[in-house]
Amino acid sequence: MADPEDPYKTLGIARSATPDDIRSAYRKLAKQHHPDLNPGNAASEERFKKVSAANELLSDPEKRARFDRGEIDAGGQEQAQGPSYRDYADNAAGRRYSRGGPEAAEWNSEDISDMFGSMFGAGRPRGDGRMRGQDEHYSLTTDFLDAVNGATRRLTLPDGRTLDVKIPMGTTGGQVLRLRGQGGAGRGGGQSGDALISVQVTPHRHFERSGNDIRLILPVTISEAVLGGPVQVPTPQGPVKMQIPPNSDSGTELRLRGRGVPAHGGQAAGNLYARLSIVIGTPDVALKEFLATWTPQLPDNPRKAMEGQE
Amino acid sequence: MISIEILIAQNSGLDRQDLERWIQNDWVRPERQSGGFVFQDIDVARVKLIRELRHDLDIDEEALPVILSLVDQLYALRRRFQALGEAITETAPDDLQRTLAAHLVVRARGGLH
Repeated sequence: MADPEDPYKTLGIARSATPDDIRSAYRKLAKQHHPDLNPGNAASEERFKKVSAANELLSDPEKRARFDRGEIDAGGQEQAQGPSYRDYADNAAGRRYSRGGPEAAEWNSEDISDMFGSMFGAGRPRGDGRMRGQDEHYSLTTDFLDAVNGATRRLTLPDGRTLDVKIPMGTTGGQVLRLRGQGGAGRGGGQSGDALISVQVTPHRHFERSGNDIRLILPVTISEAVLGGPVQVPTPQGPVKMQIPPNSDSGTELRLRGRGVPAHGGQAAGNLYARLSIVIGTPDVALKEFLATWTPQLPDNPRKAMEGQE
Repeated sequence: MISIEILIAQNSGLDRQDLERWIQNDWVRPERQSGGFVFQDIDVARVKLIRELRHDLDIDEEALPVILSLVDQLYALRRRFQALGEAITETAPDDLQRTLAAHLVVRARGGLH
């Protein structure tokens, strides 16, 4: 290890060095270790102090001669340093020299949103050559009930890989699922991209979805409508029994609470709305005869509201 | 806060014409008050830095703006970095701070991509 006290060794020059040699050796080291150009680097700062002291001693011919004769040692050459630029520039005072001028805010709301993006280089090629893979886009068609109840579907990619895609409960058509790290491979050890899967939902024969509620048209017989009674209603989670109140007309909407899209992702379960539709069904002689001789107690005109509107 | 006369008096060998040219080039940005320049501590330190760059490091005035621009960007980032660190220290729970630190250490070793 070099003797830290020997200014020749500090500057890496021979004892016979000319003043030009000294100057050029000092410049070379100062460029490398100037503390204002190496803020926060204590080793550079220490090295620069020694280099400056050595230069201070050897660049003065008289001092150099006395040192060479052994009259003085290398100690005590450290100059009192004036104010260092780094001491101010690291503080708010340094904003005077920032690009936007002293009034420019150094943080704004845009910074906050992309703070972990642009400021620290996420998603960009990194200095070490790593590059994140591309996101890849796929689409997946699923049937209505799988979208409502959730399911796992296997997707075969163009490159032959298969992906097991978990379709979460309550997925809606057009929703995009992100599978982290399942996209294009990264380069140079970089992260893989994501697979983005756009989900299409095929319509159901009976169910119709609006938000988390599900509607269906429920056919009922004349006697179920008039007399009321229990009927089976299909729901996305299987049939349930529902009581039809007596004298329910076509178009009456009955609610099954919580039988729509199940609760998911912090959203409460939706309801199922069954809209009654009276069906006469197979022609029935007795019914026909009864109606032919039937006189209603209170004759009704169901088209009353339409009259005078032709 | 000192005037240009005092600044020159305190810095032997500082040439007034050089200094005025640096101000004109916007390399040094003293405030202007009642017709004269007023130098804050940071401006004084900046003048010292520019003199060291010019004379000790032998950087000519063609290259100087490139270096100053990089220096300014370096310190702007250091201020932001420090503000970010302070914000994390003041607002993030201890366990999050430990998680962050551990994550950065692992990443620095090349353990995470």
